[in-house]
Amino acid sequence: MREGADSEFPIVVEDLCNAFGEHVIHEGLSLKVRRGEIIGVVGGSGAGKSVLMRSIIGLQQPRAGSIKVFGQEMTHGLPHGDIDVRSRWGVLFQGGALFSTLTVAENVEVPLRKFYPEIGDALRREIARYKVMLSGLPAEAADKFPSELSGGMKKRAGLARALALDPELLFLDEPTAGLDPIGAAAFDALTGELQDTLGLTVFLITHDLDTLHEICDRVAVIADKRVIAVGTIPELLTIDHPWIQEYFNGPRGRAAEAASHRAKAMDKPQGRGA
Amino acid sequence: MREWADFTAEEDAEGALHLAFSGPLEVSSVGPLDDRLRGLEAPVASIDLSAVPEIDTVGAWIVWRLARDHGATIKGADARARRLIDALRPMRDNGAAAPPPQPLGRKALEEVGAQVDRFARGGVGILEFYGALLVSLWTILRGRSPLRVIALVRQLELTGVSALPIIGLMSFLVGIVIAQQGAVQLEDLGFGELTVNLTGRISLRELGILMTAIMFAGRSGSSFAAQIGTMKLTEEIDAMRTIGVSPMEALVVPRVLASVLMMPLLGFYSAVIAIIGGAFISTITLDIPFMAFLTRVRDVVPMHDVWVGLVKGPFFGFIVAMAGCYQGMQVKGNSEEVGLRTTIAVVQAIFAVIVLDAFFAVFFTEIGWG
Repeated sequence: MREGADSEFPIVVEDLCNAFGEHVIHEGLSLKVRRGEIIGVVGGSGAGKSVLMRSIIGLQQPRAGSIKVFGQEMTHGLPHGDIDVRSRWGVLFQGGALFSTLTVAENVEVPLRKFYPEIGDALRREIARYKVMLSGLPAEAADKFPSELSGGMKKRAGLARALALDPELLFLDEPTAGLDPIGAAAFDALTGELQDTLGLTVFLITHDLDTLHEICDRVAVIADKRVIAVGTIPELLTIDHPWIQEYFNGPRGRAAEAASHRAKAMDKPQGRGA
Repeated sequence: MREWADFTAEEDAEGALHLAFSGPLEVSSVGPLDDRLRGLEAPVASIDLSAVPEIDTVGAWIVWRLARDHGATIKGADARARRLIDALRPMRDNGAAAPPPQPLGRKALEEVGAQVDRFARGGVGILEFYGALLVSLWTILRGRSPLRVIALVRQLELTGVSALPIIGLMSFLVGIVIAQQGAVQLEDLGFGELTVNLTGRISLRELGILMTAIMFAGRSGSSFAAQIGTMKLTEEIDAMRTIGVSPMEALVVPRVLASVLMMPLLGFYSAVIAIIGGAFISTITLDIPFMAFLTRVRDVVPMHDVWVGLVKGPFFGFIVAMAGCYQGMQVKGNSEEVGLRTTIAVVQAIFAVIVLDAFFAVFFTEIGWG
């Protein structure tokens, strides 16, 4: 393990406050993410899920509170030239945020060039290619420009770039939004597989109930400007909070749960549907 | 301090190498190692990973590539290393290498061909665009679809009224320069009073409208291209089409009409301000009183000079607006394209305006408006 990585909680957020002018987004928000888990972050639109992620990765200056990533304080912005933390995480933004003037492979090469200039051209090209393929894209996609890709392929290309440096921590902002159900399921499977193979810690913002049921180890619920509960879905269901009950017990929540039961039952030889 | 990966190679009796890696095999530590591994000439028989404490996919890739290319066996891999190498097994090749460079002569020929092709396509494209514009104008003229008055007025304001200060300032300064420089040369010859003729005629015939057209291309032509190009990227144009709004009628027609209407007015305004600039400097350096200069302009400038300037206006406005809107509509793909198309729009517009101005100069002289 790399130094500092052995702490049990790679992300520790304490008493975070965020506000845009008068509009308060977070007030006393605390969250600890465990090593090697996939934590799903849910909350209504505008509840501040993306703002939380942007605060953790240092794009948003919080008003108060403390955020530690790998034990390093993030709230004062990244010290200039401090590359250590940024080379240990990968971020997939909602729209992919690929550099539109570079091909997919060149996009993946950007962080490699930035952080490890000693890597030779040939090896860097090879790394970019296999990352593209690990992300489930066909080899030809490596030489395409983002505008030539479909929405799902853009997400995968963004994932390839996020994985470029073999990060320990992966941030995914609504990875399955805008994908068809088959594409979304495939993306979930890919996330789970990569997490398993590479031993990643994944911070996953989502609206997708299927994703939560399929791959998340724990779910953090943001409401009332803070994290009101963290736990597995069965644990959350025991909490009597109107938003949680409505979210998981609404028609879509029940459908996703049933689907998850069906999938698990089909894995067992004796089971036949729920 | 970073810890670099290293390896030792032992040669056996058959000349095959047995590699033993040490240190972490990670993206941060393998950079210098890779070139040495690529330089290995002898076949590699086995790879020992037992002294590797840490491995990531980059390290696994290097090991897997070596094992695959040399048919080597991997020893001493821990569970994580095995899992990562297994994940990379489907990669049968290193990906397409960079394409070999083409011979220069052939590349130059290809480039010329592509340029000619682009030029021809561009010509056809402009014609199509012109046709589509005429069709839209005809539909509006016949009352089949309404003229967008609000959009037109808005464009008149943006392209015309807002341009008054900058065009005024520019023209005033140009007028000063012409009168002052002209006076210096003409006084040497003893024709100092001809400065009035020079300033008055050149402002009204040529400079007023030409400078305005160039400024207009930089101000409004570029913004047409950038606005429409961005709308193209954000699919606003597609959204319009699906709602049944023709982008030609909603975006292009108001801009073209506004430019055609505004250009002669701005050109005339520019000429008048230039003359005032000339009169201003003459009062100071030539001892021609301000009002006397203006009265004299009325005597020495023939009426057809004014017409020459005014007639050119709509043509120049049309060219600038067409170039801006056409290039904007050609944007596709990425944000770099918007900048590129905007530049092309301005350059094309200014170039076309100057070429057309040369034709006009000859034409008006030939018809006796010299």
